[in-house]
Amino acid sequence: MSEPRKPLKQIHLAAHFPGVNNTTVWSDPQAGSHIEFSSFAHFARTAERAKFDFLFLAEGLRLREQGGKIYDLDVVGRPDTFTILSALAAVTERLGLTGTINSTFNEPYEVARQFASLDHLSDGRAAWNVVTSWDAFTGENFRRGGFLPQDERYSRAKEFLATANELFDSWHGDEIVADPATGTFLSDAKAGAFVHQGQHFDIEGQFNVPVSPQGRPVIFQAGDSEEGREFAAAGADAIFSRYATLKEGQAFYADVKGRLARHGRTHDQLLILPAATFVLGDTDADAAELAREVRRQQVSGATALKHLEFVWNRDLSAYDPDGPLPDIDPDLGEHTLARGRAQVRMYRDPLATAREWRELAAANKWSIRDLVIETGNRQAFVGSAETVARTIDEFVQADASDGFILVPHITPGGLDAFADTVVPLLQERGVFRTEYEGTTLRDHLGLDRPAARSGSAAHGERAVAS
Amino acid sequence: MSSVPSSALPSSSSALHLAVALDGAGWHPAAWREPVARPRDLLTAGYWTDLVTEAERGLLDFVTIEDALGLQSTHFTEPDGRTDQVRGRLDAVLIAARVAPLTSHIGLLPTVVATHTEPFHISKAIATLDYVSTGRGGVRIQVSARRNEAAHFGRRTVPSFRIEDLESPAVQELTVDLFDEAADYVEAVRRLWDSWEDGAEIRDVATGRFVDREKLHYIDFEGAHFSVKGPSITPRPPQGQPPVGALAHESVTGAPFRLLGRSADLGFVTPHDAGQARAIVASVRAEQDAAGRAGEPLHLFGDLVVFLDDDPAEAAARKERLDTLAGYPYTSDARIFTGTPSQLADLLQELGEAGLTGFRLRPAVAGHDLPAITRGLVPELQRRGVFRHAYEADTLRGLLGLARPANRYAAAAAVAADAAADAVTTA
Ligand SMILES: Cc1cc2nc3c(=O)[nH]c(=O)nc-3n(C[C@H](O)[C@H](O)[C@H](O)COP(=O)(O)O)c2cc1C
Repeated sequence: MSEPRKPLKQIHLAAHFPGVNNTTVWSDPQAGSHIEFSSFAHFARTAERAKFDFLFLAEGLRLREQGGKIYDLDVVGRPDTFTILSALAAVTERLGLTGTINSTFNEPYEVARQFASLDHLSDGRAAWNVVTSWDAFTGENFRRGGFLPQDERYSRAKEFLATANELFDSWHGDEIVADPATGTFLSDAKAGAFVHQGQHFDIEGQFNVPVSPQGRPVIFQAGDSEEGREFAAAGADAIFSRYATLKEGQAFYADVKGRLARHGRTHDQLLILPAATFVLGDTDADAAELAREVRRQQVSGATALKHLEFVWNRDLSAYDPDGPLPDIDPDLGEHTLARGRAQVRMYRDPLATAREWRELAAANKWSIRDLVIETGNRQAFVGSAETVARTIDEFVQADASDGFILVPHITPGGLDAFADTVVPLLQERGVFRTEYEGTTLRDHLGLDRPAARSGSAAHGERAVAS
Repeated sequence: MSSVPSSALPSSSSALHLAVALDGAGWHPAAWREPVARPRDLLTAGYWTDLVTEAERGLLDFVTIEDALGLQSTHFTEPDGRTDQVRGRLDAVLIAARVAPLTSHIGLLPTVVATHTEPFHISKAIATLDYVSTGRGGVRIQVSARRNEAAHFGRRTVPSFRIEDLESPAVQELTVDLFDEAADYVEAVRRLWDSWEDGAEIRDVATGRFVDREKLHYIDFEGAHFSVKGPSITPRPPQGQPPVGALAHESVTGAPFRLLGRSADLGFVTPHDAGQARAIVASVRAEQDAAGRAGEPLHLFGDLVVFLDDDPAEAAARKERLDTLAGYPYTSDARIFTGTPSQLADLLQELGEAGLTGFRLRPAVAGHDLPAITRGLVPELQRRGVFRHAYEADTLRGLLGLARPANRYAAAAAVAADAAADAVTTA
């Protein structure tokens, strides 16, 4: 014990408003609205009471379909991200506000404007999770109509983010003089000037939102592929990952943090924050029992069959969810059955997955529904408050992550118990804040403000460019 | 809801609807130089909350929030390079959402530019504004013929022209195209609002279904500039259809008034006297008839820029003083009024008799003329029995006397069901 102990890592915690996914238990009598503002306000206030870093919203731009019909078994329907986050800024003071916004079905000028506006209206609490969905199915709701070849989505995303950053940086912070005596409002008629010529965007003009409190919103990335990881290592402040277990988390963490040096970045310039579900009980045994119930509520027989179809790419409605797995093989080739679902892309080798699942089911005597319950969404943290607090701390200290984005299964009260019981224990351990130290989301995450270009240097650049 | 006896409420025939148009420090380009202006606060939530709260104190029907996808300019299609006027602004939808939870009765109409944005995104944004304000959302649709704004998107080009060129064939063609596209845009947005029937969320535990997919509808909109499949991702908003407004001027093409006739619940128009008001009302009503909407309510609001003071000479002097600061006399598409609240009340009543149902006042100096409206004009109109003494409804539609519309798809489904039932009974 004589060795000096490494200082404890501080844990970052965020709250993901559940809904539109199969972790949500809408059938529970305590489940409230997924659309009324009062639900979002309750959820945000709980997260802020618990001193969480931020609230997180996912995005979906087309209702999912399966077998040519709108999927009706999960929560469907959600509010617009920017609008709800801006309204939440009115009922919170410190909580960060993170919105998932797609880089394919938007234009940089508009998105940069919305995030810069959100950052102003929240006094520096905005963050953008840049996602890259590209499919023609979603594209049918948009002007471009179209889709982006899959291999171009990261090139568009990269250029989209770079362009947005050019717009965020186009004001330097000292332009607004607003001196009534002299009549000078702006010190520089060219404030916000930009020119961007690239493969995806050829735009120029003047950005019309002056620099916001954080300079730029905090940038999140959610990609998992090789390109996604590189994209994140090159330019994101944080990654929203799906690896909330110790081993997988550590592997992902080491991989992504290991990429930073090549991009001239340091270890703490990119935070890894996996999505994590949790179930709390008075004792570990209570929690385990409750977790089983929750899983059965999440996965009805019909849901189990639909889930299997993500892999099989065939209509399996004739199968009994309480019976054995289909002995026919998945239909290979383009997935035509389930559309608008991320899971479809998760199973990259359906034959191997099917084989593995059949073996698992046979060995454990699982029905289709049992299999989906057991292999589907993992509950990351199940136990008493003490167990959950200890496990979260251990995971973070062991570099499985820098914290977690918690996804409760009940809206909007699913965070309340965590705030009341787990957070105080993390605070006792000295690994979680008892008060917000700063006011902006960058402050909470320990991220530097992006280097502001001084006005005169920027003038010089423009002079050279013109 | 109201504590006032109903006899004290204005009768619907003489009642005026009143809105204010909020834009930066006010509509006069030198407004920001007034001592009451807060030019360094224009990008803060506090500034906008204070303005909208003041408007709500005056029991106004709604506020509109101006917006554009480029820097403010005195030039019609280009930036002007000026540094002596307010430049820079925040997204109007986000401002409206930011103030919504802090107000309780007033309607919120942010401006949205149809030319460069996605109807799908805007549909869910305004639906969400309606949720966060519990039924007080709306939208003011605008087109953009600005060359520099088009260059911010890089998807289309717009010719450079001056305001004097408005009636040239090239600009006429552009105008028609932009306004017709805006009408398509509103149609797509409205279909998306209806793409979820009320009560589509069923939470049927027995069958495990969260929604009834029979109550969700593809909108299959196809227009000249875009197509949208649907359904929306956001359930039908509290008002069913949040009110849609647009500002329209007379044009030889007829396109702006046609947009009102086809698509709007609220038209903002700019008559300079009662005769013009009558002519404009007639033109818009004719467009409404032509669009087959003769029976549907379409409010026509007269826009006026206002300088209000207790002494009329003071108001006129204030305009002059600001004009001197700006370096030119301020002109506007709308009539510029200087005078007392009581004189303005006279004018509004006179214009109202020409068929306008309300007024959208543009405060010349927000910090001065907005309180003059809420604390001077409003009590005067109340004394005359033509303005409310308390909010009589909780939704914007309610305040405007607009019923919550039936869902077009539900109605179609009901008709089909009736037809089927008829077929069965007659068979
Ligand atoms: C944890 C996580 C959350 C995601 N959330 C969203 C989302 O809300 N909306 C969306 O369109 N895509 C979302 N994505 C999808 C990503 O944007 C991306 O399309 C997907 O991960 C495939 O990219 P990849 O091949 O780089 O992994 C998410 C991905 C992950 C891993």
